Amino acid sequence: MARVEVLKTYKLFIDGKFPRTESGRYFKAKDAVGEFIGNMCLASRKDFRNAIKAARKSQSSWQDRSAYNRGQILYRIAENIEARKKEFSDLIAKEQGLSQKEAMSQVESAIDRVIYFSGWTDKLQQVFSSVNPVASNHFNFSILEPMGVISILSDSFTSFFEFISVVSASILSGNSIVILAGENASLSALTFAEVLAHSDVPNGVVNILSGKAEELSSHFASHMDSNALILVGKHTNRAELETLATENVKRVFCWSHEEIKASKFENPYYIKALNEVKTTWHPIENISSSSSTY
Amino acid sequence: MTNPFDFVSPPIDQIGLIERTQKFSTRSIKNDSKVQALKLALSMIDLTTLEGKDTIGKVQQLCAKAKKPHDFMDVPTVAAVCVYPNMVRVAKQALSKSNIKVASVATAFPSGMSSLKVKKEDVRYAIEEGADEIDMVISRGKFLQGEYSYVFEEIATIKELCKEVSLKVILETGELGSLDNIRLASDIALHAGADFIKTSTGKISSAATMPITLCMLEAIRDYYKKTGLKIGMKPAGGISEAKLAIHYLVMVKETLGQDWLNNSKFRFGASRLANDLLMQLRKQETGFYQSSNYFSND
Amino acid sequence: MSKTNSFSLHFETDWKYADAPESRDHIDLKEQYELFINGQFQKCSSAKYFDSINPANETFLAKIAEANREDIDQAVKSAKSALAQWQKLQAKERAKYIFRIARLIQERAREFSVIETLDGGKPIKESRDIDIPLAAAHFFYYAGWADKLEYAFPGKSVKPIGVVAQIIPWNFPLLMAAWKIAPAIACGNTVVLKPAETTSLTALKLAELIQDAGLPPGVVNIVTGAGETGAELVNHPDIDKIAFTGSTEVGKLIQKSVAGRNVKTTLELGGKAANIIFKDAPIEQAVEGIINGIFFNQGHVCCAGSRLFIEESIEKEVLEKLKWRLETLSVGDPMDKNTDIGAINSKQQLDTIKKYIKIAKEEGLKGFESNQSIPKKGFYCKPTIFTGVSQSSRLAQEEIFGPVLVVQTFRTIDEVIEKANNTPYGLSAGVWTDKGSKAFNLSSRLKAGVVWANTFNKFDPTSPFGGFKESGFGREGGLQGLDAYLKMD
Repeated sequence: MARVEVLKTYKLFIDGKFPRTESGRYFKAKDAVGEFIGNMCLASRKDFRNAIKAARKSQSSWQDRSAYNRGQILYRIAENIEARKKEFSDLIAKEQGLSQKEAMSQVESAIDRVIYFSGWTDKLQQVFSSVNPVASNHFNFSILEPMGVISILSDSFTSFFEFISVVSASILSGNSIVILAGENASLSALTFAEVLAHSDVPNGVVNILSGKAEELSSHFASHMDSNALILVGKHTNRAELETLATENVKRVFCWSHEEIKASKFENPYYIKALNEVKTTWHPIENISSSSSTY
Repeated sequence: MTNPFDFVSPPIDQIGLIERTQKFSTRSIKNDSKVQALKLALSMIDLTTLEGKDTIGKVQQLCAKAKKPHDFMDVPTVAAVCVYPNMVRVAKQALSKSNIKVASVATAFPSGMSSLKVKKEDVRYAIEEGADEIDMVISRGKFLQGEYSYVFEEIATIKELCKEVSLKVILETGELGSLDNIRLASDIALHAGADFIKTSTGKISSAATMPITLCMLEAIRDYYKKTGLKIGMKPAGGISEAKLAIHYLVMVKETLGQDWLNNSKFRFGASRLANDLLMQLRKQETGFYQSSNYFSND
Repeated sequence: MSKTNSFSLHFETDWKYADAPESRDHIDLKEQYELFINGQFQKCSSAKYFDSINPANETFLAKIAEANREDIDQAVKSAKSALAQWQKLQAKERAKYIFRIARLIQERAREFSVIETLDGGKPIKESRDIDIPLAAAHFFYYAGWADKLEYAFPGKSVKPIGVVAQIIPWNFPLLMAAWKIAPAIACGNTVVLKPAETTSLTALKLAELIQDAGLPPGVVNIVTGAGETGAELVNHPDIDKIAFTGSTEVGKLIQKSVAGRNVKTTLELGGKAANIIFKDAPIEQAVEGIINGIFFNQGHVCCAGSRLFIEESIEKEVLEKLKWRLETLSVGDPMDKNTDIGAINSKQQLDTIKKYIKIAKEEGLKGFESNQSIPKKGFYCKPTIFTGVSQSSRLAQEEIFGPVLVVQTFRTIDEVIEKANNTPYGLSAGVWTDKGSKAFNLSSRLKAGVVWANTFNKFDPTSPFGGFKESGFGREGGLQGLDAYLKMD
């Protein structure tokens, strides 16, 4: 007798936990040929609010982790996807209607991207910080600091690869994020949440919602405790979202699907853009120099 | 070791301190205000000669200048004449009919490298000779060794000997190495009973500067705040131009105010400054820039 | 240690400073100023002019043209048509033009200082020692970048963006013009700049100087007018980039107006900086830094240290020293070389400041102000300090942009960090402690674009400036300041 398969329930990922949407609503995720593959939570604005709250709570301690440690955690994520490669490729094959080979190759590229970005955690500062030769007796230096909490909204991620690229690029320098997995990649995205939960990523650093962009976009753009907004893909209401973002002078970035998937996405300028420049001044005592008069 | 003194000296940031003094230097002092400042500065001078080759003649000349800085301009006399102990009697005689004080350096000036016994004897001798004021040096070596109590006790002992004779305590700031040390040494001197604190002996190249003087003025201010005692300040060495002296007065005015803008609370230890002040005063009177040929070098 | 008693100091001394007015003989001001478009001064199409007055005595200085949509269109077109030539020019030649501007400012520094003070009310010693020299330094700094841009951003090839619209405030008129124009043209862009309506004169003098420098026509255009003129500029379809310095309120309007448009934007907006003094600070220097932090330029400084946090155990000592220092700050005629605090920039701004002082009184805040008298004519405000202010007070939350300091106390580091960051702003912050590890802790935890440790209100062309949160985005100054004016591939 054939064994009856145990199906997985997909839920949201907020603050390191897997809650159902508070709204109780769902949508049916379908595979590429329109077959039902699972009920997904249709996240509400309250779920989003909870996610932002979790992101804010986690952010400063994530930023305070050493760059080395953040790099290790990202690397750990890659290792854990590698260990579940087969599972992810099966899922992606179904979700995106790819051949096993294509799906596996996407998973491998995704792993490689995470590895790529994991290496930037402790190099970013060295490439982009500066000591500034001011014309007074001060030591003056500028460093990058994460912006804080970033909301990431996609019209719909076209692939797991794209989703994972955006997640790793945005958290590596110490930002916490709330990201809406589009309807096309929500299964893989929320399966990826399980990887995050077991890779020592502190709770709340990455929060993943499934749901509809058009329903949540205005909240993503207007939430006063989110410091930046990344719009992935095309948003017909972009002007409206950018207008809402001005309420707290949110930084807004528009990334296209193509550029995220392109090999050129592997460069530090995308990461840098999600950071602020902080400049610190301090006097330099000058007692022992020959011209000194105390 | 427990701190034997009832104070904690605050840290000093050199760059901020210098920036503050630069603001004093940008004050523009003109016309009547300038004349008033020049005269005030003149009245605050401790006209000084401290050389191995000092003679009776030299000291007498200096005293003559002290009493009558200029032959016909109406200007104040200087505050004091400052000499070595063995010249005190000469100076005292030369200044007998004036209000000008005689100050004597003492305590194995300038190095202070002798025993307390010898230093006390030095002070006693100067006072017996008639000194109105004693300019002592602190033991910088002991200070740098961390023997702050020794430095404190030494000053207190000398002050005890001085009684009514005014005691100026020379820190020799150029040997203390840092502003934090200058502040600490100031606090020690203030708490040990100094009537004045003074920057320098004039015997090493690094002498008074505005930042160092400000650092000491602020120590005086804190001490006043704490005790109500108004202690004097004497920058010495390196102040030879009228313009710089006026900047010092600005600093005193804006740091301690009215009660310190007189020669019982502020002195310049200087020898060449007097003539430059006189030249500037003459310029203010006549409108002509002056030549040193017209001012006596004593 | 910090016990206080009644021993007082008397800063009203027998010896007083005589008046030391800076002469205005050597300056050349016209009765009327036109718009600077395409290398020429031209009349505005509205034929409307407004008066620029001296806020120190409310006297007339000059008539200034008011640019309307048609004028803005001409200015933008002029900038657009100048682009090709300007970009074709070899970078090292572009650099030399900018070096020329720097030199010309230095040569005419005294004239610029006097006009800056007459027009804006800031003390002559600040225009002379800070604004004008720093403006020249900015042109020098960015001039040198013009032919070195390929080294600024490793792995990227860079190109100018195009036509840049720049709107600047009235607090540092020429300096802000320099901050904006220098990097923009060094990167090969062309510019339309609008100065604030109360302080247009030095920008227009800069236009004259740009003519003297022989800069190709249209590379820099200067249009004058108030908010409406600015809105016309921001909404012009042919601009590729906006750089704005001013209030957070207007900054948001600008951000809205570019929503959905591909116009690169940088905003340098308001602030409410915390200036934190610990008991282990170099107290005297900290007091001076607090004074400089809030009273520099009458407090018309977006990064002013307007919220003072004193560690509770030294509160009395610090307040007493602040009081003393207040008595030696001279308030009055900005043209007097001994004036420390000049005139408030405009009647409108003075009213704003007075409104906050009234609110403080209504809230029952205690405070003190300088005992000095202020001139009857002109716009003046005594330096004022409010103590025992709570975090919820409007004075602790809103930007006043005047010589008004609010004082709060704290007990622990965590407490003060939380309070300091508890604001929508994040432009600057100050920390005073002699302990290095503490200073670094604070500097990393304060959410601000500039942290001054044991100093305050320092600026330099090589040092990036700009805010976190609602204080805006983008940086001006330094290598980082080039980012705003380049496209990268």
